[in-house]
Amino acid sequence: MSTDNSSTEKSVWRRAFEWHEARLPLVSFIDNAVGTKYPAPRNLNYFWNFGFLAGFVLVLMIMTGVVLAMNYIPHKDMAFDSVERIMRDVNYGWLIRYMHANGASFFFIVVYIHIFRGLYYGSYKAPREVLWWIGIIIYLVMMATAFMGYVLPWGQMSFWGATVITNLFSAIPLIGEPIVTFLWGGFSVDNPTLNRFFALHYLLPFVIFALVFLHVWALHIPGSNNPLGIEVGPADKIPFHPYYTIKDVFGIGVFLLVYFAVVFWGPNMLGDPLNYVVANPLVTPPHIVPEWYYLPFYAILRAIPDKLLGVIAMFGSILVLFVVPWLDTSRVRSANFRPVYRVFFWLFIINGMVLGWCGSQLPEGLPLIVGRICTLYYFLFFFVLMPVIGWMETPKPLPASIGSPALKAAE
Amino acid sequence: MKKIILAAAATLALASFTASVFAAEEVHIPKEQWSFNGTFGKFDRLQLQRGLQVYKEICASCHSLKYVAFRNLAALGYNEAQIKAFAAEYEYPDIDDEGSDTKRKGLPSDYFPNPYPNEKFARASSNGALPPDLSLISKAREGGPDYLFHLITGYEDPPAGMTVMDGMSYNKYFSSGNFQIAMVKQIEDDKVTYADGTKATTDQIARDVTAFLHWAAEPMLEARHSTGLRVMLYMIVFTLLAYFLKRRIWARLDK
Ligand code: HEC
Ligand code: HEM
Repeated sequence: MSTDNSSTEKSVWRRAFEWHEARLPLVSFIDNAVGTKYPAPRNLNYFWNFGFLAGFVLVLMIMTGVVLAMNYIPHKDMAFDSVERIMRDVNYGWLIRYMHANGASFFFIVVYIHIFRGLYYGSYKAPREVLWWIGIIIYLVMMATAFMGYVLPWGQMSFWGATVITNLFSAIPLIGEPIVTFLWGGFSVDNPTLNRFFALHYLLPFVIFALVFLHVWALHIPGSNNPLGIEVGPADKIPFHPYYTIKDVFGIGVFLLVYFAVVFWGPNMLGDPLNYVVANPLVTPPHIVPEWYYLPFYAILRAIPDKLLGVIAMFGSILVLFVVPWLDTSRVRSANFRPVYRVFFWLFIINGMVLGWCGSQLPEGLPLIVGRICTLYYFLFFFVLMPVIGWMETPKPLPASIGSPALKAAE
Repeated sequence: MKKIILAAAATLALASFTASVFAAEEVHIPKEQWSFNGTFGKFDRLQLQRGLQVYKEICASCHSLKYVAFRNLAALGYNEAQIKAFAAEYEYPDIDDEGSDTKRKGLPSDYFPNPYPNEKFARASSNGALPPDLSLISKAREGGPDYLFHLITGYEDPPAGMTVMDGMSYNKYFSSGNFQIAMVKQIEDDKVTYADGTKATTDQIARDVTAFLHWAAEPMLEARHSTGLRVMLYMIVFTLLAYFLKRRIWARLDK
């Protein structure tokens, strides 16, 4: 916001605004973050919409979540009924609840695309390592938040999913069992578990919100990466507002079209029917599956015959992301210029989807074998292919700037 | 534009992939035509009324419907007087002014009663099995209403070599219980006499009660579809405007 005004007569509003900005520069802060004062490369493609979208979905989740919390009862004998009351008797409760439940799925879809964007265009490389780390932490907290949220309606999958996942900690030698008892607040998943999960499910989204601030702060130090992965000079940058704000608004429109189609015409498509049966500690479902967004990791867990090693592999499969900036030895960021790496990257994406399928099946026969092969490829990709391809591959020539001729060849 | 399509396709691919993950089913359940399916799907009021009659006359002796209150029956097209009269056919425990146990007539705010005093009693009367509450059943099983319809009509002679336990019936859709179900065949031709004169074939009765149970599980379905249409219309206009505005603003860069 420029303060020099050619006319000497400033309006009272203008003066009040400047008075306030001099004391707390709130508008300038926003303007610096996502406004006219944040220069962004002019060649960002639509994959760069997903960060803004993730922030949008977070706000959507908090808003619908707070309204749900006004009507939800975190007690094992009342939780399921209170959710049904929301669905039937609370005005537009069905809409809020379906928006929240499907919002979680779409949050993960958006964040997965956001992460793969970073992986493809090498956005984790220097000088953006800390930005990448904060992103992974956000993802971990999101997983915890969604896991605990799924327990709240207290259906059969809520209960048994919670039992299976919390039990994983019992694999830790010596202190495993005490940790599980501590998590549960007792000797099984029960009312105390539900209570603490509700408290944490309310808290963690705000932790994510704070982490998003750090994430954006870390982004603003080096500025945005771009599809070419090269350093961009000021001549090739445009102000975030209005160029990327309007592009993001358009992106939100497209996103909401897809999201609302599911909310209004297939609200239970991504959920498990068993969660419409109230939790029963005496009846174990024949096939306990977590929500779809955990399935690849669930497959990795079950691919390994030893429980402790399985748990280590599962957590390792996410934690490995922290060291990706150093596992990738290539000096080139964008996979557009890396003909060999690119092939293995797409194979990695397909591998992840196949792992998801394996996670949804009973761990026997074909799904188990495929799951093991895919688990192997998962780790091979990070620990072998990433460093080795980085050394061996001859990247295509990089353009000197966004406008240079090499650009056309690479696109 | 190419990139918008790419990004949108990526979103869709991920969404449809995640949906297909759950599509795996053990027995093939044929898809049926329901008035409530599709973009504009609505319930058929008369069908729901017939379904209510089937529930009341056949299923209610074993199955509760605990999330449905009599007042909710307004959605089936009944007026207040009819609902009051319907509720008054049931009795609920009460305490009189002297403090002794008594009974009172049902009110529109009451919920459908449980036919059994407790779970043990229910199991004892049903060969050890528990007849589940039916208010959410249509959402609580893979295949939803299609499954319900085929389950309640899926009774036949067991395949050669299969021995069905005492008191159990063979049902080719009951995969969760190894095809042996503790509920005997409930629906036969003319088991009910419809108030509206519709011919009560097995198929008709099964369809009507299934539609009714789907309404019981998802009473807000019509509101969902109609709200959805309005929201989508708004979002289409919004998105188009945003797209053209985006093009216009970005055109400044070409100058
Ligand atoms: C004589 C008692 C009785 C009547 C009447 C009865 N049922 Fe059942 N029903 C049962 C019992 C018992 C079970 C539990 C079966 C089992 O678990 O093996 C059951 C189970 C069911 C199930 C659940 C199947 C599953 O997938 O778990 C449905 C759906 C059902 N009944 C629908 C109906 C409908 C609709 C009617 C009315 C047309 C009806 N029942 C009438 C006793 C009855
Ligand atoms: C990071 C953001 C969030 C995620 C990913 C998330 C995820 C979830 C999930 C997966 C469920 C289960 C939905 C279902 O199957 O019914 C749920 C339920 C719930 N959430 Fe959240 N949530 C988030 C934020 C919030 C917030 C901020 C609140 C409260 C202030 C909240 C309150 C609730 C309540 C009360 C329920 C239980 C009602 C229900 O099951 O529908 N959520 N959440």
